[in-house]
Amino acid sequence: MISSAIIPQPLARLPWKLIFIVFGICAIGLVTLYSAAGGSWRPWAMKQGIIILIFFGLALAVSWIPEQTVKQLTFPAFIGILIMLVAVEAIGFVGKGAQRWVDLGVIRLQPSEFMKPAIVLTLARFYDLIPASDVRRWRGLWPAGALIMVPATLILVQPDLGTAMMVMLSGVTVMFLAGLPMWYFLSAAGVAAVAGPILFATMHDYQRKRVLIFLNPENDPLGAGYHISQSKIAIGSGGFWGKGFLNGSQSHLNYLPEGHTDFVYATMVEEWGWVGGALLILAFLMVVRWGMAVARGAPTRFGQLAAAGLSMTIFYYFSVNLMMVMGLAPVVGIPLPLVSFGGSAVMTVMLCLGVLMGLERQQRTRTSLA
Amino acid sequence: MKAARYTGAHQALTFSRRMLLVGGAQLAVGGALITRLGYLAIAQNAHYKLLSESNRVQLIPVPPRRGWIVDRNDKPIAINRSSFRVDIIPQQLEDRPRVIETLASLLQLPPDEIERIERELDASHGFRPVSVADNIPFDQYAAITVRLPELPGVAPSRAFARYYPAGSAVGQLVGYVGSASTQEYEAENKNPLLIIPGVKIGKEGLEKTFEKDLRGEPGGQRVEVTARGKLVRELDAKPDRSGKSIKLTIDADLHDYAARRIGENSGSIVVIDVPTGDILAMPSMPSFDPNNFSDGISRNEWKMLSDNDHLPLVDKVTESLYPSGSTIKPLMSLALLKAGIDPRTRVFCNGTFPLGNHIFHCDARHGSVAMDDAIIRSCDVYFYTMSLRAGVEYIAPMARLMGFQEKFDLPLASQRFGTVPDPEWMQRRYHRAWQAYDTINMSIGQGNVLVNPLQLAVMAARIASGRMLQPRLTGSRRSQMPDLAVSAKDLEFVREAMGQVTIRGTAAAARLPFDSIAMAGKTGTAQVRRITMGERASGGVRSNESLAWRMRDHSLFVGFAPVENPRYAAAAVIEHGGFGAQVAAPLVRDVMTYLFDKPKGLAALAAYEGSIGGSLDQRISQRTAAWRAANGLPPLRSDPT
Repeated sequence: MISSAIIPQPLARLPWKLIFIVFGICAIGLVTLYSAAGGSWRPWAMKQGIIILIFFGLALAVSWIPEQTVKQLTFPAFIGILIMLVAVEAIGFVGKGAQRWVDLGVIRLQPSEFMKPAIVLTLARFYDLIPASDVRRWRGLWPAGALIMVPATLILVQPDLGTAMMVMLSGVTVMFLAGLPMWYFLSAAGVAAVAGPILFATMHDYQRKRVLIFLNPENDPLGAGYHISQSKIAIGSGGFWGKGFLNGSQSHLNYLPEGHTDFVYATMVEEWGWVGGALLILAFLMVVRWGMAVARGAPTRFGQLAAAGLSMTIFYYFSVNLMMVMGLAPVVGIPLPLVSFGGSAVMTVMLCLGVLMGLERQQRTRTSLA
Repeated sequence: MKAARYTGAHQALTFSRRMLLVGGAQLAVGGALITRLGYLAIAQNAHYKLLSESNRVQLIPVPPRRGWIVDRNDKPIAINRSSFRVDIIPQQLEDRPRVIETLASLLQLPPDEIERIERELDASHGFRPVSVADNIPFDQYAAITVRLPELPGVAPSRAFARYYPAGSAVGQLVGYVGSASTQEYEAENKNPLLIIPGVKIGKEGLEKTFEKDLRGEPGGQRVEVTARGKLVRELDAKPDRSGKSIKLTIDADLHDYAARRIGENSGSIVVIDVPTGDILAMPSMPSFDPNNFSDGISRNEWKMLSDNDHLPLVDKVTESLYPSGSTIKPLMSLALLKAGIDPRTRVFCNGTFPLGNHIFHCDARHGSVAMDDAIIRSCDVYFYTMSLRAGVEYIAPMARLMGFQEKFDLPLASQRFGTVPDPEWMQRRYHRAWQAYDTINMSIGQGNVLVNPLQLAVMAARIASGRMLQPRLTGSRRSQMPDLAVSAKDLEFVREAMGQVTIRGTAAAARLPFDSIAMAGKTGTAQVRRITMGERASGGVRSNESLAWRMRDHSLFVGFAPVENPRYAAAAVIEHGGFGAQVAAPLVRDVMTYLFDKPKGLAALAAYEGSIGGSLDQRISQRTAAWRAANGLPPLRSDPT
């Protein structure tokens, strides 16, 4: 921590190490967006910078909410988001072939984004509330299962497979950390292996196509496999040091589709090479490690589970995107948080970081008081 | 139950243990991601770099100029003429219906052309231009150039079109060029050059056989393009290399002269330079104008050519086979001499030759004839008698030695080499033994004997030179040609007899109009129908004039000049032309006249063309107009040149 007589206490108390890393990631994102626009702050980099500042302010604000208040707000917020998810279905705005937004006039809200941190906090609150003896009982399982499945199902029918998967993964992680019997998870994994083909049969055509193309993108290099093929070409052609800033031909000549959103990582690696790509992965891992450290140090059960779950949400966010752009996972439409152009992912990650910073600040002040 | 003992302490322990597990999983995934990144960016870098480059850089082929075809004196036979064309670059096209409508009105495009353009635009993508019109007049080109700002995506350009100055006279020889078909494109492994609008490849004749030399090396403009095919910038260019010129042995003027001299007839003539074997002329008429084909031929034009019973699409020099008729007699004499028959031995000809219950005829009663008389007056009975005496085993080899049934090493797309029958062939083909009447038929070049005009010319040239002459269309002097396996004395005898043919024989009309230069020759008349006994009985054989064109005899003539020390040899076959002396012999006479004295030859041609209704071009346009009128088509608008 920066401790200096000149710097006011509230500022000095901020987790500067984390903020440096996060801003580092954001800076990489802005530089990449600047390049993706052909060397221009418009139309993406400038806007993205403003979005980041706004949501960072939001994160700081959230970090000042006491843990107690967060606990109290958790269930009402969860219910509110569920209502919004239903509303999306009912009066949903049609865009990108899927209903994902509620248009409030001033802003368009994507309630499924809120659900990512919300599911973590709700489950943390749930396992905080029930007695330890109930955790390994049926009573410790089914409410949690329902709390995950209801929003996940609503998101799945939007349809937004990627977000639904992330909500489920985050929720299950909290359940895992809450101490539910190990055989639950092992057998669930077994069932998933069996259910995979069944799920595949019920998928939307475009999703099924994406899975098939994921398994073999070169079969259809100009059709639906185009995204993955071109992304791999961009990443692979970068080499160790990259082609250099503003020299990425794949993105500049538009061979790489969605080079400023979902595939921004490919744009970045093409110009900055393995070095840049690995640095970004390390930066994300450090953010996650910081969050996990907050979880370990948390004095309350809610704090432990919430901090670990939110860290995992950030982890899932970036790792699923990276697996996707490098051809290790199907294209499910998950952006790279803080780097891809767009507000939703920034908002989710900043909310997670806000709560994490709040938990961290409170345990630090508490220990200093002690 | 275990759960009953599960307390807060257990919970804390479980939490920290599982945190370790989760943290380990995070590290594992992070490690996997960095490893995967390394695999793609470092291990597979070369592979992906190549793919990225082939994305970024596209090669726009720059078509090479086609090589010229020139005659022995470097006079052009096939050249390139600058022309104007219009293409559409689909990528840059905006407001397609309006642009196409404007183009259609400026260029007066017919509806089926507009349909083709629409179709090709639908099928094309990116940077590949779609051809709108080829070879347009300058004023249309100018009109489009002026309106370019309101025609986005339209690209008028100067290109080169193939031009054949001699027009239809060289049609059969050079063939024509055209845009590559799908099959040709596939056959060349999708050579991108072939689908550039305006690129033509050889389709027939020499244009096809010399395609490899004539085409040249395409250049390339390397350009950086976006995924949508938009050009970003030009990179380095590779210059194209023009195709090689092909120099023929043909004498373009002579070829043109001979073509015109064939006139309205259906037939061909071959002229060979005796000392070298160079083919100086080999027109086949009527022909087609390869200039029309190079712009893409219309369906009507094609139909008009296919409907013509004079077969303008067949190269009669090498693809048509005829009975040699009496033109076989000089080589028959050589065979008889070789068989040891004394040329002074006389045979009495009373006009008929009975064999079994069949009577073979001669066209006159020649009385008592020796071998030289038999050649000069073309007596069939002499050859019937003597060929039976010598036997087929002397005749067939001599015919082959003289070039019958021989396929020459010439750059021609197809050569039909005909038949020299012999007992073995008869057995194979008709499953019967050789009979005496087969020998008799063969002795006058009828029956199963089939030759093409080129072989006849080679025969004349071989007799004239006494060497194993090989005809050629390209290349320069080769090593000395070997002597024929025939005694010089026999050759001298036959040459002398052939020399008398134009003096007091069947081809007196073919005498050259010179005091010092005489032509040796032999006429031939090849029957295309069977003359029945009944017809002979009822007042004699019908004259050719009274028969339908298709039933008339072919008229043949072979010759060389001068008789002593021959320089040129020629053979002409006029389909259904009647007696050899009637049509083919005067044709060869005029061509020879032209060779020795151009003004005299041209005067003869002018007189001839005057008698048949004008020059070649005039007659072709008349015929086209007549054909269009007969088929209910509007007259052609004047040629856009």
